[in-house]
Amino acid sequence: MSTVNPTEAQQPPRTLKISILRHNPQDPASVPHMQTFTLEEAPAMTLFVALNDLREHQDPSLQFDFVCRAGICGSCAMVINGRPGLACRTLTHTLAPEITLAPLPFFELIGDLSVNTGKWMRSMSERLQTWIHSTDSVDIKRLEARMEPELAEAIYELERCIECGCCVAACGTAQMREDFVGAVGMNRIARFRLDPRDQRSDEAFYDLIGDDDGIFGCMSLLGCQDVCPKNLPLQSQIAFLRRKMVKVGLS
Amino acid sequence: MNIVYTDVLVIGGGLAGLRTAVGVKRRGHEAIVLSLIPAKRSHSAAAQGGMQASLGSSTMGEGDNEDVHFEDTVRGSDWGADQAVVRMFVNTAPKAVRELAAWGVPWSRVQQGERESIINAEKVTIREKAEAHGLITGRDFGGTKKWRTCYTSDGTGHSMLYALGDQAIAYAIPVIERQEALALIHDGQRCYGAIVRDLITGALTAYVAKATTIATGGYGRLYEVSTSAIICEGIGAALALETGVATLGNMEAVQFHPTAIIPAGILTTEGCRGDGGLLRDVDGYRFMPDYEPEKKELASRDVVSRRMTEHMRKGKGVKSRYGDHLWLDITVLGRAHIEKNLREVKEICEYFLGIDPATQWIPVRPTQHYTMGGVRTQHTGESPNLKGLYSCGEAACWDMHGFNRLGGNSVAETVVSGMIVSEFIADFCDSPDSELNLSTGLIREFYQRESAKLNTLLNSTGNEDAFALRRQMESIMMDKVGIFRTGPELQTAVDELQALLTRSRNIGLRCHASGANPELVAAYRIQKMLKVALTVAYGALARTESRGAHSREDYPQRDDQNWLKRTLASWKDENDTLPTLSYEDLDVMSMELPPGFRGYGVRNHIDHPDTERRQAEVEARRKEHSDRFSLQQALMPYEHLLPESCRGRNERLSEPLS
Ligand SMILES: Cc1cc2nc3c(=O)[nH]c(=O)nc-3n(C[C@H](O)[C@H](O)[C@H](O)COP(=O)(O)OP(=O)(O)OC[C@H]3O[C@@H](n4cnc5c(N)ncnc54)[C@H](O)[C@@H]3O)c2cc1C
Ligand code: SF4
Ligand code: SF4
Ligand code: FES
Repeated sequence: MSTVNPTEAQQPPRTLKISILRHNPQDPASVPHMQTFTLEEAPAMTLFVALNDLREHQDPSLQFDFVCRAGICGSCAMVINGRPGLACRTLTHTLAPEITLAPLPFFELIGDLSVNTGKWMRSMSERLQTWIHSTDSVDIKRLEARMEPELAEAIYELERCIECGCCVAACGTAQMREDFVGAVGMNRIARFRLDPRDQRSDEAFYDLIGDDDGIFGCMSLLGCQDVCPKNLPLQSQIAFLRRKMVKVGLS
Repeated sequence: MNIVYTDVLVIGGGLAGLRTAVGVKRRGHEAIVLSLIPAKRSHSAAAQGGMQASLGSSTMGEGDNEDVHFEDTVRGSDWGADQAVVRMFVNTAPKAVRELAAWGVPWSRVQQGERESIINAEKVTIREKAEAHGLITGRDFGGTKKWRTCYTSDGTGHSMLYALGDQAIAYAIPVIERQEALALIHDGQRCYGAIVRDLITGALTAYVAKATTIATGGYGRLYEVSTSAIICEGIGAALALETGVATLGNMEAVQFHPTAIIPAGILTTEGCRGDGGLLRDVDGYRFMPDYEPEKKELASRDVVSRRMTEHMRKGKGVKSRYGDHLWLDITVLGRAHIEKNLREVKEICEYFLGIDPATQWIPVRPTQHYTMGGVRTQHTGESPNLKGLYSCGEAACWDMHGFNRLGGNSVAETVVSGMIVSEFIADFCDSPDSELNLSTGLIREFYQRESAKLNTLLNSTGNEDAFALRRQMESIMMDKVGIFRTGPELQTAVDELQALLTRSRNIGLRCHASGANPELVAAYRIQKMLKVALTVAYGALARTESRGAHSREDYPQRDDQNWLKRTLASWKDENDTLPTLSYEDLDVMSMELPPGFRGYGVRNHIDHPDTERRQAEVEARRKEHSDRFSLQQALMPYEHLLPESCRGRNERLSEPLS
């Protein structure tokens, strides 16, 4: 039987000092500045709970994005103590009492901690055509095409990306090349490349990522893999894809 | 005044909205999807468990077909569902799964040979046939006779939503993010689109369309603790309600999930119990077999949730600073199984509780989970009261769930209803009937009305705090309109919600920005949410029986004689503080499955006067037909109700198509 009950406070509450990078680009008078809030910690408190508490009781103009608050939708990525991560699944008790929060760099700032990752992801998907390309007509009344169980699992492994943008925020190349597709984009290509239902050839994939905004812009420093909240195997996927693309490039 | 014209306006970018948009686009109509957030972040992404469709390929699904799925769904609904709609649904669900497979969803597949599984906490060996190898497999989910729930590991909703999100991109459908519909444009007969606010700039736009679809998801966030995403606030229901003519159906039908973690309210999938996880009390005792000897932990959700609440009331809960809870024990499944099949659950335990579920029990309690009620529609998805207004997905009351939906039936509903409703919308857009003959005066009237409302709020000197009103509403709903309900408590809830509604007309803001302004958003939403909350509480007060998830302690029987009917709520006048209720009878004489015992919970109901007669008819027919298709056709023809593209039999290993 379980020995610790996570719903019980074990110690007297700490006082958190949360410093947030504030800026509202909609307001011409706004200049970026740090603002520090003080908040009493509660058991099992996440940054989701903490930020909402601040908004409701201290500053109703505070902007941030949460949707699922369960670590599955990718809305709430921000820079937490210097590192990109999902705020909703960060328990405050895993952090020191002084916490610094900033919006993800690289993406368009909406205000405070809210950035427009959605817009960027959509244009990435449009550019890389992240959907199954097939000329087969499928009769949905009939048995579906078979697939090896391991292959379905392998595809799902790569499909777990939640488009949170952490990898792009942590990527040196992205900071220098505005149009870099990021680990998120290369992972998407790897996912469709693995999927036999997608009939695109390596040449077709090369046209999408065979340049410095794609696979050849990546410096393999792997900031991306370190921060990916879904622990996607970005390193091995990027390396594999690069080998394949080099081959196409040479032929 | 910004005006955008399109053929089909889809409000909502979850599974239901996206599938609808793709459907009409394929038929050649322009569609625009609006969403509060990037579409792929919609609540649909959270569905971990799976999607029901009677493919019957895996051994434990053998013998499954539309008939079995139909019966499970109708029983689950406690006979509240529209049985013709359920038939339309079960016949389309296999097609929907197969369509999604073609669009790239990596459904988990049957692996031939033997494998170990755990059923009712016992290890069993399941042997899969060679001829099923590589077909889509199914898992167990509460309330179903067969293992029918198709899944991708435990990220089903995520995979489905990404596949559909990418299809919308492939079809070049604009999905406009960070947009909030505030009001429908209509003249009392016909809906012409919506007034929409940009959540970044605050700008208003009038979207004018031949057909408008509400696919905004559920209203779980009326409750203090909910498993839903925080944007499931019932604004779509409010949009329909505030027209004064469109009706909402069965709003009091609200489901609770037995196993959300406390305090965060994050759900651990039903798959935990389906795979053999157990519920234990403060003494570590497995209590469900005492209450439900046959189904145990796998009885339908409403039953398990109530049994858990009952058990905690007996003092068997574990005390904590967030209230009582019980334990979910999945340690019995073993680490390998958990890490492979229940990975999201493991992550949730680590990130939100700091525990390891392979060795530690998970603190859980019943939490608001699904809302069966919604915008009342016909089988076509169109509102019976407002032409050109459609709704589908969790936002709608179509009505295939009645008073309780089965796990895995709702993501299935989102895509199935999207497939079906988009065809009817396309038919409508093809017909001269859909022509837009509206004056810009009408658009301007609605535009100015919304603009004035926002300005009033921004400049108000009122002294009410939007966030505080919200908290009060949430706790009233949780405490008095929850799992167990009684007349006096519901009456108090209605009175208190009415008082809050009046107070919400006097909100003052601290933040006066007209662009991005979270407080302004909270203010206009709470005004809408209180109306929706009143439809739930008032509907629950009026319904003096227990049916499905609606459980009245003072009226514990299901009363078919008086209550075999759907509640309809409308909001006649802006200044009203209560909805107007009316009812729609369900016709026993046309039911394929006449009302009876659900097979779990307590056998406790009052029969409808027609039930016996209809039962005799059904039995007579059963003797006449040996073929299941001709029997079905004789009992309740439905195929003519489906659009052409969704008709026809579904192939199975055991039922090959010629
Ligand atoms: C934790 C959890 C797990 C679940 N697991 C399962 C499962 O395993 N199987 C199953 O069958 N079901 C499951 N469900 C239920 C299922 O996920 C939902 O019923 C379903 O996804 C709803 O889809 P939808 O498309 O109707 O709405 P949603 O996915 O909620 O989408 C609503 C959309 O509407 C938009 N929107 C809302 N209001 C507005 C507005 N005013 N203006 C503009 N846009 C707006 C939102 O931005 C969003 O895009 C689960 C539910 C929960 C809470
Ligand atoms: S390896 Fe480095 S350069 Fe390449 S995508 Fe990852 S972070 Fe960017
Ligand atoms: S690859 Fe990982 S870090 Fe990058 S967007 Fe996807 S989930 Fe986020
Ligand atoms: S809010 Fe969805 S991942 Fe954090």
